[in-house]
Amino acid sequence: MTRSLNRLMPVFATTAVFLAGFVLCSLAYPNFASLRVVMNLLTDNAFLGIVAVGMTFVIISGGIDLSVGSVIGFTTVFLALAIERWGVPPLAAFAIILIICAAFGAAMGAVIQYFELPPFIVTLAGMFLARGVSFLMSTESIPVDAALYSHLSDYAIRLSGGARLTVPAMIMLAVVGAGMVLLHLTRFGANVYALGGSRTATALMGINVARTTVLIYTLSSVLAGLSGIVFSLYTSSGYSLSAVGVELDAIAAVVIGGTLLSGGYGFVFGSFLGVLIQGLIQTYISFDGTLSSWWAKIATGLLLFAFIAFQQITLYMARRSRLRPAGVAQGVLQP
Amino acid sequence: MNFKTLLLATALSGVAAGALLSAPAQAAELTIGFSQIGSESGWRAAETTVSKSEAKKRNINFKIADAQQKQENQIKAIRSFIAQGVDAIFLAPVVATGWDAVLKEAKEAQIPVVLLDRDIDPSGKELYLTAVTSDSVAEGKVAGQWLVKTVGSKPCNVVELQGTVGASVATNRKKGFEDGIAGASNVKIVRSQTGDFTRAKGKEVMESFIKAEGGGKNICAVYAHNDDMMVGAIQAMKEAGLKPGTDVLTVSIDAVPDIFKAMAAGEANATVELTPNMAGPAFDAIIAYKAKGTVPPKWIQTESKLYTQADNPKAIYESKKDLGY
Repeated sequence: MTRSLNRLMPVFATTAVFLAGFVLCSLAYPNFASLRVVMNLLTDNAFLGIVAVGMTFVIISGGIDLSVGSVIGFTTVFLALAIERWGVPPLAAFAIILIICAAFGAAMGAVIQYFELPPFIVTLAGMFLARGVSFLMSTESIPVDAALYSHLSDYAIRLSGGARLTVPAMIMLAVVGAGMVLLHLTRFGANVYALGGSRTATALMGINVARTTVLIYTLSSVLAGLSGIVFSLYTSSGYSLSAVGVELDAIAAVVIGGTLLSGGYGFVFGSFLGVLIQGLIQTYISFDGTLSSWWAKIATGLLLFAFIAFQQITLYMARRSRLRPAGVAQGVLQP
Repeated sequence: MNFKTLLLATALSGVAAGALLSAPAQAAELTIGFSQIGSESGWRAAETTVSKSEAKKRNINFKIADAQQKQENQIKAIRSFIAQGVDAIFLAPVVATGWDAVLKEAKEAQIPVVLLDRDIDPSGKELYLTAVTSDSVAEGKVAGQWLVKTVGSKPCNVVELQGTVGASVATNRKKGFEDGIAGASNVKIVRSQTGDFTRAKGKEVMESFIKAEGGGKNICAVYAHNDDMMVGAIQAMKEAGLKPGTDVLTVSIDAVPDIFKAMAAGEANATVELTPNMAGPAFDAIIAYKAKGTVPPKWIQTESKLYTQADNPKAIYESKKDLGY
């Protein structure tokens, strides 16, 4: 009982930070504590939330995916060109781009697996490739005028006080929900954890490591593609410079959410909170209106540092308390 | 447990310190939020500085959100301005497209939006109150007219340093200058090449112009699409033994502090100002709109003012050098 509570400790910490931050912001600005601000947090960070779910899988498996920001940029440009220039119906364009992204992710996963290359290098190559191709296709921002786009960006469930639950927010919440089920309740999810604990041991257990690895990167790229779709709805345009650096924001959200960068441990819900915390800081800064927006980066950096320190200390304490009664019993899957 | 609390407190400090220290907003007449693109150029930094001081003059509670060149940050900032219930929103859009959804939200919340410095795609015309921008064709025209007036009836060969190819500012400043000299058959553009708006490239291109025009003897005037290129060109002329400002006339656009320094030293003749004060006219439009319901014209054009050596360049340099250029 205490052990499972201990495991949830980082997520509790993240939740506490988010709630405390929200309360403090509300004390400073009366208009802050409104449904509208909460809904804005969901809408404005939808694209980040979606990639953060994919990134959680990748990081729990002991990998990293630096290509997601570029994949978002590529997706927005592809959609804008497909819909506006090539006359593809929006829904068909969505399907095509998700297939392209899936193939792209599967290829990266396969290269990581079969050439035994570090994910860092492979996805870095993927990042340059996707960004380069989107620049090749267009350097200008292309507006999307399709009827479906204006319907989707206008559609929202109206709540009190001018708050609205928008389509991007709904998609993000659905992805977070689905991600939780996939990671915590399925065999694939269990394999992801196992892979992050130890690759060799996982292979010895008879789990298909190659298949799992390829699937993880496919999932991450598909979610990046979906995030790109949301991003293009969000701005109703395609631009090759969009979502630069989002991969790093996603990694930060995952780590703030309590996932171990070395793999084997983490929760989708934590990453979701990590995204909201970053959004909260940004909102605070624009409510203040006098602080430099670069303080958002500094605050995120401080939080990251605090959480990494926090994780290391909890790990150390957990290991010590486990070693004392059981002597040498070290679980294979424990980091 | 105590230790954990301590760590938690550290984690919180980023958010908390700011929240606790910030004083509540003073009671001002109007609260206006400004979504600024970033601080990518000296001119933009100056725009931010001038906007702040213009707001102070009018006792406006002014909130600036720097978007670090990202549209998503600008959209987020506008949404949170709406949530704060500001009286008006200023937007310097980083790109022309993709503003419809968030501007519709502002319109629904009955918050007027004013565009500064750049326009957005025509689809959203009814979504903003007015746009305050400069007219870059007019800037080029003022430069051309000054040159025609200065040379009189003497023949004059002009070399032109263009801005970045394809940039609308460069195209417009070229067209405006050509319009300005159109009536004078004695003034001719003999060479025109891009200097990419940079000092280094301006110098390089000017060096090749000087070589191509017999050591610069045939050049009567230089026209540069911005002051930075002109500063580079002045250096190239001095290195080639020419006297810029006397042997060769110079006229450029932007009015950055360094060109006033050159003018004070007699090495540059004229510059046309791209004013960093876009917010001033926007504030006035909003104040009139809020007080009397006066709807401003859809386009408020800022003045393209000409400065020459007669305008006390030294004093202007002193007044401009701390704006952040």
